[in-house]
Amino acid sequence: MLVLKIHREVAFRKTSQALSKWDPIVQKNRRAKQLVFPLDRKHSAFAPIEHVLSGWKARTPLEQEIFNLLHKNKQPVTDPLLTPVEKASLKAMSLEEAKMRREVLQRARALQSYYEAKARREKKIKSKKYHKVVKKGKAKKALKEFEHLQKVNPTAALEELEKIEKARMMERMSLKHQNSGKWAKSKAIMAKYDLEARQAMQEQLAKNKELTQKLQVASESEGEEEGAEEEEEPIVPNAVNKVQMNAGGLNPWMLRSCTSDTREAEIQKDPKQPSEPVVHEVSESEGEEGPMVEEEILMKEFKERQSLRKRSELKQDTELVGSEETKDSSSQEVLSELRALSQKLNKKNHQFRKQKVSSAEAVVQVQREQSATEEEDPLLLQRPERVQTLEELEELGKEGCFQNKELPRPVLEGQCSERNPNNRPDASKEKKKKEQMIDLQNLLTTKPPSVKSLAVPTTIEELEDKEERDQKQVIKEAFAGDDVIRDFLREKREAVEASKPKDLDLTLPGWGEWGGVGLKPSAKKRRWFLIKAPEGPPRKDKNLPNVIINEKRNIHAAAHQVRVLPYPFTHHQQFERTIQTPIGSTWNTQRAFQKLTTPKVVTKPGHIIRPIKAEDVGYRSSSRSDLSVMQRNPNRLSARHKKHLKKNSID
Amino acid sequence: MKVKMLSRNPDNYVRETKLDLQRVPRNYDPTLHPFEVPREYIRALNATKLERVFAKPFLASLDGHRDGVSCLAKHPKSLATVLSGACDGEVRIWNLTKRKCIRTIQAHEGFVRGICTRFCGISFFTVGDDKTVKQWKMDGPGYGEEEEPLHTILGKTVYTGIDHHWKEAIFATCGQQVDIWDEQRTNPICSMTWGFDSISSVKFNPIETFLLGSCASDRNIVLYDMRQATPLKKVILDMRTNTICWNPMEAFIFTAANEDYNLYTFDMRALDTPVMVHMDHVSAVLDVDYSPTGKEFVSASFDKSIRIFPVDKSRSREVYHTKRMQHVICVKWTSDCKYVMCGSDEMNIRLWKANASEKLGVLTSREKAAKDYNQKLKEKFHHHPHIKRIARHRHLPKSIYSQIQEQRIMREARRRKEVNRLKHSKPGSVSIVSEKKKHIVAVVK
Repeated sequence: MLVLKIHREVAFRKTSQALSKWDPIVQKNRRAKQLVFPLDRKHSAFAPIEHVLSGWKARTPLEQEIFNLLHKNKQPVTDPLLTPVEKASLKAMSLEEAKMRREVLQRARALQSYYEAKARREKKIKSKKYHKVVKKGKAKKALKEFEHLQKVNPTAALEELEKIEKARMMERMSLKHQNSGKWAKSKAIMAKYDLEARQAMQEQLAKNKELTQKLQVASESEGEEEGAEEEEEPIVPNAVNKVQMNAGGLNPWMLRSCTSDTREAEIQKDPKQPSEPVVHEVSESEGEEGPMVEEEILMKEFKERQSLRKRSELKQDTELVGSEETKDSSSQEVLSELRALSQKLNKKNHQFRKQKVSSAEAVVQVQREQSATEEEDPLLLQRPERVQTLEELEELGKEGCFQNKELPRPVLEGQCSERNPNNRPDASKEKKKKEQMIDLQNLLTTKPPSVKSLAVPTTIEELEDKEERDQKQVIKEAFAGDDVIRDFLREKREAVEASKPKDLDLTLPGWGEWGGVGLKPSAKKRRWFLIKAPEGPPRKDKNLPNVIINEKRNIHAAAHQVRVLPYPFTHHQQFERTIQTPIGSTWNTQRAFQKLTTPKVVTKPGHIIRPIKAEDVGYRSSSRSDLSVMQRNPNRLSARHKKHLKKNSID
Repeated sequence: MKVKMLSRNPDNYVRETKLDLQRVPRNYDPTLHPFEVPREYIRALNATKLERVFAKPFLASLDGHRDGVSCLAKHPKSLATVLSGACDGEVRIWNLTKRKCIRTIQAHEGFVRGICTRFCGISFFTVGDDKTVKQWKMDGPGYGEEEEPLHTILGKTVYTGIDHHWKEAIFATCGQQVDIWDEQRTNPICSMTWGFDSISSVKFNPIETFLLGSCASDRNIVLYDMRQATPLKKVILDMRTNTICWNPMEAFIFTAANEDYNLYTFDMRALDTPVMVHMDHVSAVLDVDYSPTGKEFVSASFDKSIRIFPVDKSRSREVYHTKRMQHVICVKWTSDCKYVMCGSDEMNIRLWKANASEKLGVLTSREKAAKDYNQKLKEKFHHHPHIKRIARHRHLPKSIYSQIQEQRIMREARRRKEVNRLKHSKPGSVSIVSEKKKHIVAVVK
């Protein structure tokens, strides 16, 4: 018997294993969005014409005639099974591939056409300024690229340099952009009277300069350029320049040449610091033009900022105080702790501030020294936080102080606690008043007063109090984030607000008055068309502070609504979403409608659906038949079983 | 110069024939359709109501047998042919399209216990109370020929059931033991037993064809492996299993029709817990058959009704009954998945639609689209109480109805008692047994 049992167990394990190959298919079919039965659909296979022909005979006279003709022509029917063209067609890419390729090509073509159109459009633009800007942009870009190239690939950069050098040589030889040409001469004559001609002249000259300029080592290219431009002697007739000066600096190039601070420019030409912030330059030049005005503006700005900051700080303080009042009105011991803490902090803060001020002074001194050395060492000038005048220095010191004030957080708390003692008496008074008349709204927020019995010794009480306090502190710290009561109150307030009937505004902008963007209907009209909502009945939870009663539930609608969240859904929102997406063709396109309404199981009428087969799903079915396996199986039960039966009968 | 003008493609607004619907351009912007959900809800409600209105499942009754119908068999190649065996030993072959009996054979003396067709559809086998297995040709005898079986095998004991292999010339009979026969031989090539009790039915697995399942009157279900010629495992249930049926799409799933009014769907690899317990019948379930898609099955019961269960639901989706239908003994789902047949005690074979409200015949594309849409709507809103109520409502004969009520009361009482027992006993001494596990007595290896 035991042998049989073992035999059975082994067999069972074997079969279970064999069956588990069906698991993925079963799972797939269960989850399938659509199953089409019968499963074993025959795929229409492509067969070459020869295969079809070989199994087909001409029967009718017409067919025979045609075949005779074909045979006369010795059309290769079997020998080369496929003509080369057919072979190629069989090997050719699939439809999808072809489609993809076509798409890519189409896109490329479209892009090209866009580009061409854009180029044409840009070419047509007549604005000189535009072209100028574009050219400049290009030049800048080229420069940048060149710099990059220099870093990455110096040899290529050298080649590039050579090219530029060649262009310069050509220019110098041809003097194409000098004022020697016919056009240039005519322009020179016109320049006296015509602004445009003048500008054209200047542009050409600039070009010439650019081209004939000797290239330097790339690292100092920028500074050198500027210098070169400024050093250049004016080739333009004097009259042009004069007019230009009077006309005012429209042309930055001219402006540069006009400004008197060439010396400074020379200073700035320091090769070690090519990347100097532009803002400084501008401010510098402006400052030198009118230092007084600028300083005044700066001062004003600072004052404004200061006042603003102070105000905001005050606000923060008051807010903090207010919130603390509401929050801790119940817990006095916490407040007292806070007070003590704040006093400590205050002291610290004073010291801290003093230190800070002294340090700031030190900084100022250092900066003064720097300013003293300013004339001597131009390098120092180039610092980003450069300070030039004493006033600025002072301001900087102030700012530093402010920053110091702002930075440490305990300072803020200290300040608020400083103000606290002033506010507290009032707060306590109010509290007393409130305690006298019990407010229903505050029932939740207030704590029930602890009753002290006289019988208990006070020391123990204190101890207990301390423990309690500790525990409370721990709990408070643990649940610092979630204030349940406050959340509930807010929720209720929101619910009340939401349930209040809303006013109806029927104003139509544009009726009886001018319409348009940004025009608002007049206040009178708005008042006239505003229908005030009547006050609804009092809420049922008006006098119940810790309850929210939803009065929106519609009994008639409730009969049609789902009461319990159905099984597969885990959240009501999921369920609502499935309900809210319409599936009808009224709201969906035809295609979407078809997709949304695909049935889960499709059967064809009149087709026999056979059980699933291993071949259907791509498995190899066992080649040996069950019968042959059985016959080969040595331990067939029949004989043995008969013996067994006999034994039993004997027993 | 290029002149731009408005142009429309006539394909977008001209209909092909006058019979087509006019094309109406629509704006699908959801902000323009604020009442889509209520409208769809009403549509779903209407669809559900119409479904109930059109639910006329009964198609035909095939009468001719002179005793209760004991077994049914489908033709593997022809949808229109059905075979049935009666309690008086008569076998009839029916044409469903004509709804007529095309051949009658007096096959056995006494009951025809089992009938099965060969996979090729050329012949069929019957077993009867006269201890014989007979093979018959599917086509009738020629003019003047006598109606005779191709082969007759005389056994030692009564055979109670028969099933044919799905691919090869092998068939299995059951009675005292499960015998596997080669069609060419008169002796079984293999016989398997496990315990000594009469086996009421044996079924080949349609996918892994070497597997067999049988159920015996000592309340067990036994699985066999034909290749290794050994039983695999045995599960003992509370009450006797009348028959089992394998799922034709999931190789390891089978459903057992039990005397305790329930059906149990098992995964044959884990017999200790059924995958699903299907309850709704109020009397012994006598037969079960899977739909060819493997998504549903139909069960015949002694309570004079047949029910259709989804495989993954414990409650039935449909119940069919008529006044004249008595205890239903056998049931089959046709292989095109459209119809259900049942043979009952009162000598009739009845043909039902598998989907009660389905329209028969060819559907136009618009009809099909409307059908699909309605189906999806019903699915979408089937949790809503009104729709659920209408969709679930079935008229039941008074006997079944009252029995359902009675059983509900009984079940409630049992549950209450269990809860009370749990409440008033030492914690841990009484454990809650789930409904699935409750009915399994043991699994024998």
